[in-house]
Amino acid sequence: MHSILKGLAALGLVLAAGAAGAQEHAAEGDHAEGGTPHYPLVAPVEQDWSFAGPFGTYDIGQLQRGLKVYRESCAACHSMRLVPFRSLEALGYNEAQVRTIAAEYTIVDGPNASGDMFERPGVPSDRFPSPFPNAEAAASANNGAAPPDFSLIAKARTVTRGFPTFVFDIFTQYAEGGPDYIYGLLTGYTEAPASFELQPGTHYNPHFINGAAFSMPPPLQNDQIEYDDDTPRTVDNYARDVAAFLMWAAEPHLEARKKTGFVVMIFLVLFSGLVYLTKRKIWGAVAH
Amino acid sequence: MSATDHSEPTRRDFLYVATGMAGAVGVAGAAWPFIDQLRPDASTLALASIDVDVSSIESGMSVTVKWRGKPVFIRNRTDKEVEDAKAVPMADLKDPVARNENQPAEADATDLARSAGEGKENWIVMVGSCTHLGCVPLGQAGDFGGWFCPCHGSHYDTAGRIRKGPAPQNLHIPHYAFTSDTVVKIG
Amino acid sequence: MSGGHHAHGSYQPTTGIGRWIDARLPLPRLMYDSFVAYPVPRNLNYAYTFGGILTIMLVLQIVTGVVLAMHYGANTVVAFNSVEHIMRDVNSGWLIRYMHANGASFFFIAVYIHIFRGLYYGSYKAPREMLWILGVIIYALMMATGFFGYVLPWGQMSFWGATVITGFFSAIPLVGEWVQQLLLGGFAVDNPTLNRFFSLHYLLPFMIAGVVVLHVWALHVTGQTNPTGIEVKSKGDTVPFSPHATAKDAFAMFVFLAVFAYFVFYIPNFLGHPDNYTPADPLKTPAHIVPEWYYLPFYAILRAITFNIGPIDSKLGGVLAMAASILVLFFVPWLDTSKVRSAVYRPWYKLFFWIFAADCLFLGWLGSKPAEGAYVVMSQIGTLYYFGFFFIIMPLLGLIETPRRLPNSITEAVLAKQKQPAAAALPASEPAGHH
Repeated sequence: MHSILKGLAALGLVLAAGAAGAQEHAAEGDHAEGGTPHYPLVAPVEQDWSFAGPFGTYDIGQLQRGLKVYRESCAACHSMRLVPFRSLEALGYNEAQVRTIAAEYTIVDGPNASGDMFERPGVPSDRFPSPFPNAEAAASANNGAAPPDFSLIAKARTVTRGFPTFVFDIFTQYAEGGPDYIYGLLTGYTEAPASFELQPGTHYNPHFINGAAFSMPPPLQNDQIEYDDDTPRTVDNYARDVAAFLMWAAEPHLEARKKTGFVVMIFLVLFSGLVYLTKRKIWGAVAH
Repeated sequence: MSATDHSEPTRRDFLYVATGMAGAVGVAGAAWPFIDQLRPDASTLALASIDVDVSSIESGMSVTVKWRGKPVFIRNRTDKEVEDAKAVPMADLKDPVARNENQPAEADATDLARSAGEGKENWIVMVGSCTHLGCVPLGQAGDFGGWFCPCHGSHYDTAGRIRKGPAPQNLHIPHYAFTSDTVVKIG
Repeated sequence: MSGGHHAHGSYQPTTGIGRWIDARLPLPRLMYDSFVAYPVPRNLNYAYTFGGILTIMLVLQIVTGVVLAMHYGANTVVAFNSVEHIMRDVNSGWLIRYMHANGASFFFIAVYIHIFRGLYYGSYKAPREMLWILGVIIYALMMATGFFGYVLPWGQMSFWGATVITGFFSAIPLVGEWVQQLLLGGFAVDNPTLNRFFSLHYLLPFMIAGVVVLHVWALHVTGQTNPTGIEVKSKGDTVPFSPHATAKDAFAMFVFLAVFAYFVFYIPNFLGHPDNYTPADPLKTPAHIVPEWYYLPFYAILRAITFNIGPIDSKLGGVLAMAASILVLFFVPWLDTSKVRSAVYRPWYKLFFWIFAADCLFLGWLGSKPAEGAYVVMSQIGTLYYFGFFFIIMPLLGLIETPRRLPNSITEAVLAKQKQPAAAALPASEPAGHH
């Protein structure tokens, strides 16, 4: 076993050195050839999130603010077709409040007894509807780029971290790439550099994952949305809160997962210890 | 054949027992999610109550709506049907219990206790599943002018009470309420 | 050589019912002989515990998979949403789904350690060729199962992964397109594809379980190898499977499960790809198509062939190289010409083995990189060594290498090792032990 462990250690060192060198070399290669630039131009910066780490929990106040930002800004274009209103109870709303929120949306239902589709106010079992009747309508209303659904956006947009960072991410439990990206994107609009040719109808954003020209205009301005608490009404806070809310929308069972995980880890570590002691007793008299 | 440790038999036995017990706890804990997932999920439970508009149901008409995956009969009974049901002596009933979730569990199966209550005696709301083996009974059929289950020949009267055949209980009445004069909330 | 020679005790039913069953269907006897009295070399280290770990992972994948199938809808209209229904609404659904998704990765981690252990200690050498070949078949079935399974959530990576991998078959001359359509049930990945992949994804694990039975059978015919590579010579070289191997395997298994649980509960999406949280869109390819990590080395080999080789164009060449990189494993027992089994006594082979292991990781890393610039050249170097290891180093090294002196028996090797740590004895014994 010793020789294997030594071998593995040596292997690790060689790989780390080799891959780091190779990556540098490859990166130089990219520049030399002037090949396809790699997006995003600016990598997301890690932010502080209450739900990060092994004991992370959602900040209910932040989620409520984020919901407000979503409803008053994002929802004009973006649906959340997998998130039912009933799940808002997790944000601290009671059943009556959830019913009120749901009823503020119009749901197309049917067919009714005479075979026609009809509109009705939402009920808790409905999901956040799209403001557009179908994807084609959404695309044609937005210069050909249909606004994506937001149910899973915080898990669907993660920027690759590269070697060796992704190895460290195992130990730091970094899993907030989605909210980091969303926050960076919403606060990342800048003037395009003079050398950059911006197509009409697009907006320069070096944080965008698929290019530098982003079809969504800056959606947030300071003082745009009333907060119910005294959190400053800044684009920074709006972006942060809606990113947290979208993480909740994408991973509603995160808290249960981490809480269960703690119990399971404690059990497995203690039980492994017990089994190890048992194993040692059994093997005690056998040279091996 | 095992490595015997004569000096500390009790400590070793304790270790084995403790490991075995912890293992049993672990197995039970690991099994739970696999049982838990069989329970009705959140989207199923969310549909646990529905609102039905009954304004267009004239006397002598019924509608069948789906609630929790089962048919629910909502009938606006004629005066004659109500009178017939009221005239039945309690002694003739096979199942003397109202089977109405809006009533106490032991309430008698009087016509009033089976109906929507004072002033709404004409309305009856029942789960349309035969209490025998779950077929859907036919309306206004059978020996008592109520419901008749074609599968095994159970006859229900105009208050949905079992009168003849293999079914053991009256048709079940779910939890429901008139939230207005024209809307029934079931569940 | 067979287990029976050195068996530790034999099955003696003590109760009437036990004797009754034994006379009619001696299943308890089979279990006793296979998992209690079965002799295992006393010097097995923790690298030998992965067979047991793989068994538990297979069971875990089948159990979680059967449960997921209760809630999943194999239809392009509902597939993506049904997976999200599992994640959001089904009780404990998120846990079972994350276990299944990460379970596939950990199944592969375990199988790779198992395979590399076999390569290091020469476990494939006579008389265990059949055991090794059955293992390679299991590995191939696992790769197919993993591929089919990855298509089922019907995300962007599912769709485009399926498109690319079924595209391999279009490289076959003459019948390629016909074969591809046969797999797809259409002209592109669509509902018929999803349906048949679901069916096959449900079927293959049971075929794996069947081959595992043969694998274990073959193992019990020849007995296990051990780090010295010397065959068992006397009963004293072995210990009974129970409780010795069971306790050791159980410990390794729970440590492995603890690492697995860490991923499931804390970083469940670490090994997945974010694009698979976007529903499949046949009109839009994601910027970087990357297979699951466990296919990456082969993917790098596929992309390393950027040139035509005579009449073989680069597309067919890449597919052939990739297929060869897996098929070569079947021939390892005959490619290795060494008389000595274990790398412990083969200093040169040991060195080349570790370079090979590094090369596989290197190729894996390259497989995740875009196929451009220096990455292509590095992939070609890595591919060259990969095949060089099997076709040049293995056959030649066995003929020219001078192995170290072998001990006479397992027991002698164990006792010689015992003396070394005794000299430098530290009171606190290491958890990994000295093996």
